[in-house]
Amino acid sequence: MSDNTKDQILDFVRARYPQADIDESQDIFALGFVNSLFAMELVMFIEKTFDITIPNDELKIDNFRTANTMAELVGRLTPARV
Amino acid sequence: MTVIGVVGAGVMGVGVAQNLAQTGHDVVLVDTSEEILAAARGTIWRNARMSGLMGGPVLDPDGVLSRITTAVGAEAVAKADVVIENVTENWDVKRSVYETMDAVCGPDTIFIVNTSAIPITKVAAVTGRPDKVVGVHFMNPVPAKPACELIPGVHTTAETVERTRDLLAAMGKKAIDVKDACGFVSNRVLMLTVNEAAFLVHEGVATAESVDEVFRSCFGHPMGPLETADLIGVDTILYSVEVLYEHYADSKYRPCPLLKQMTDAGLHGRKSGRGFYTYAN
Repeated sequence: MSDNTKDQILDFVRARYPQADIDESQDIFALGFVNSLFAMELVMFIEKTFDITIPNDELKIDNFRTANTMAELVGRLTPARV
Repeated sequence: MTVIGVVGAGVMGVGVAQNLAQTGHDVVLVDTSEEILAAARGTIWRNARMSGLMGGPVLDPDGVLSRITTAVGAEAVAKADVVIENVTENWDVKRSVYETMDAVCGPDTIFIVNTSAIPITKVAAVTGRPDKVVGVHFMNPVPAKPACELIPGVHTTAETVERTRDLLAAMGKKAIDVKDACGFVSNRVLMLTVNEAAFLVHEGVATAESVDEVFRSCFGHPMGPLETADLIGVDTILYSVEVLYEHYADSKYRPCPLLKQMTDAGLHGRKSGRGFYTYAN
């Protein structure tokens, strides 16, 4: 997991909710920010930006609560670079 | 085996079809072109895939789609036991669809009108079965919402209402009984709330951020009314307020000029990138 990954995800979330002050460890589900449209945008953004396909069984709330957990998911799904 | 016809594959029809399929119903989903239906199948697959992330059940998207047959034209629901109609909120379009359905469907088929504005009794009057026409105001996104408004028209029988309530229960929905009046409960209150919130911004009483903050922080609402307006679409909000204003001829529904100006300016909310807030694309 790189800080860059986390920052890119955080920038995306902040751009969608400019009125809110969101940091990397805040639970965006608990804050009530995640609706179906945003959830899909978030998954599409992550898959496209980091060139990964998230398996169906990883599409669960616990993986997407914070920028930190999303960056960890990206780290798990990204092939090790040589 | 009960077959449910779903007419209209827009946002609401797609949600209704997915909700039915994931709760074990066989669905015939119809619209006016193969292109629309292909897009609808793609949307249902993606939405079913996202279900677990939205707090719903983890679904097999291919399994959900396998229960849905698609076809062009309202005639394709001829063999359905129940039809849920979700076409655009345009009276001429709705009337034409009901005339077609009434001609091709069996006499026992129930017609469920999914509308947020059009009176159920008016729809029932263009069919030869006003006793079997009933309104349901589904909320978006349909599969994620635990309740909906259930609205009998003047001639709807108790049997039709109870059969509909049973179907809704099988879809995981609690039906809330509401009488047939424009806007029902939900839109009478929500649209006026959004309209008044827009007036507060228009008059400079508070910023959009402050209005929404009051609802989130003081009332515990997950979203404020102007964030909600951006999500629904500012143009859609204006249209709904105008429908209430025209129907009731009551000045309390006077649309806020700011909503008109934003609609004219293309500031339609999240879908256009800017409304009361600005969204990065």
